[in-house]
Amino acid sequence: MRFKRILLNCARYFLLILLAVFMAAPFIWMAVVSLLPSETQIPDLPQMVSIVRSWLTLGELPPPSIGNYPFVLLMPELPVFRFLLNSVFVTGSVVAGQLLVCSMAAYAFARLQFIGRDLIFRLFLISMMFAGVVVQIPVYMMVRSFGWLDTYAALIVPGLSSAFNIFLLRQYFITIPRELDDAAKMDGAGDWLVYWKVILPMSKASLATAAAFTFVATWTDFFWPLLATSSLRMRTLEVGLSVFKNSYGATNWPLQMTAAVITMLPMALVFLLAQRYFIRGISLGSIK
Amino acid sequence: MASSQNQKQGYLFIAPATIHLLVFALIPLGYALYISFFRWNLLKGETEFLALQNYQDIFNDGPFWNAMKNSFYYVLGSVPLGMGVALLVALLVNSSLKGMNLFRTIYYFPAITSQVALAMVWIYIFLPERGMINSALAMVGLPNSTSFLNETAWAMPALIFMSIWVGLGPRMILFLAGLIGIPDPLYEAASIDGASKWRQFWSVTLPMLAPTSLFVLITSTIGAFQVFTPIYMMTKGGPDDSTDVVGYHIYTTAWRDFQMGKASAQSFVLLLVILALAYLQYRLMKGQAEGYSAV
Repeated sequence: MRFKRILLNCARYFLLILLAVFMAAPFIWMAVVSLLPSETQIPDLPQMVSIVRSWLTLGELPPPSIGNYPFVLLMPELPVFRFLLNSVFVTGSVVAGQLLVCSMAAYAFARLQFIGRDLIFRLFLISMMFAGVVVQIPVYMMVRSFGWLDTYAALIVPGLSSAFNIFLLRQYFITIPRELDDAAKMDGAGDWLVYWKVILPMSKASLATAAAFTFVATWTDFFWPLLATSSLRMRTLEVGLSVFKNSYGATNWPLQMTAAVITMLPMALVFLLAQRYFIRGISLGSIK
Repeated sequence: MASSQNQKQGYLFIAPATIHLLVFALIPLGYALYISFFRWNLLKGETEFLALQNYQDIFNDGPFWNAMKNSFYYVLGSVPLGMGVALLVALLVNSSLKGMNLFRTIYYFPAITSQVALAMVWIYIFLPERGMINSALAMVGLPNSTSFLNETAWAMPALIFMSIWVGLGPRMILFLAGLIGIPDPLYEAASIDGASKWRQFWSVTLPMLAPTSLFVLITSTIGAFQVFTPIYMMTKGGPDDSTDVVGYHIYTTAWRDFQMGKASAQSFVLLLVILALAYLQYRLMKGQAEGYSAV
């Protein structure tokens, strides 16, 4: 019996590791190719294996070189630093704005009584169904008529609220015991103080989850920044990377993979630091 | 007095989000409907009222229905397979053995990665001869010259394969949450009744996962119908329009041909298809989902 369990565990680990290799392989590929000299022909599988083996054992092949990174970052024809700053600024503003706007609305839907509350809440939920498909063209035309095209306003303002986050935060707020509000109100606190001093501090984990999702969605958004910006200096990293790919064709793989790694890294760091919020949040979202 | 005060506070709290909803969702929805009644060229700025002509045209629009067919191919390939794989992986990581969190993190990683970066590395993976897949095929003596993204028979399966890889993590986590939520006594009762592990999976695990499956099914279907970035980066709808899915087709109608009225009408047809499918899935699985989630 005991023997059988050990055998089963070994089988489980074997499958898990096999799958992990499969899931991680494209990233390993990306990283290894980015460390090859620019203009190198892309390695096929056997060459890849011998490159990695040589690097790990300090073998005869040339060692990895990080030279592509400063080259791509400092490229005069492509303002990669500017893309990075744009992405940081836009994502930061959207995350901060959304947390405030969505948590305020969520507080009202969870705690306050007012005429039309449930109807308005339902409108938010319904908007999740059509938001992606239908509104792109009219939103573009509206943003154009505001004179916002190719500005930060176009990149930030349409992202300042999200029905999904309102829903997520409301679901959490209604689980906070009302006695806490009542105690604060006995001490003379109004709704703003209850919201700011009671509800928000109690909800740090949920806010972090909402922030994590918004961060990824905004950082990796491609479609909207592609439409809303046209000049190189307003591009975000994600769109800048696609420009980079098109201007360097499929010829210079090491430079392309370097640019891809640069685009991925900030996101990867955030993910590793905040992964428990991702994993919590995605299961929260499934609760009806 | 207190109550009217409360009313006012409520509207103040929801004001920013509601104004945003109006300006960036509800008004655009009406505006899109309005645009769809016109011939509306964005570049020339010309508009001409057509009433329902754009919608009538869609019935005879061969390329649009080709795109719809491609979308169905993509959805039917990526959603059931993606869900099946994710459920198996969820069973695999549903364990208290050491290192499970590391594995979950690795499997989740592609879902948070830049889609453009992923598209770039997958172009490389699918290359003939030197690509990762073809050079693996060569090592076991199989033909290695298939240019997966440039052959009509292979481009769509290649994109579906990639989508299963990208979408694994979030689906796995949802199924895992569902699995953890199944009360242990159900398994104990089943094993007292002499049910094998296999039987328990079919009679306890799967039915108890019905609400989770419904959620994953509907969100995956909606997402798959709107796929854009991999198509834009990897195939541009080609070869021979074999990967021209509806989301991409609408994009080209609007932003390459600048026919905003036609594109808006197409987007309403897509929305209708998505809503109809989501409703159908909901009706088909609702009975099951409700029957068991009450336990």
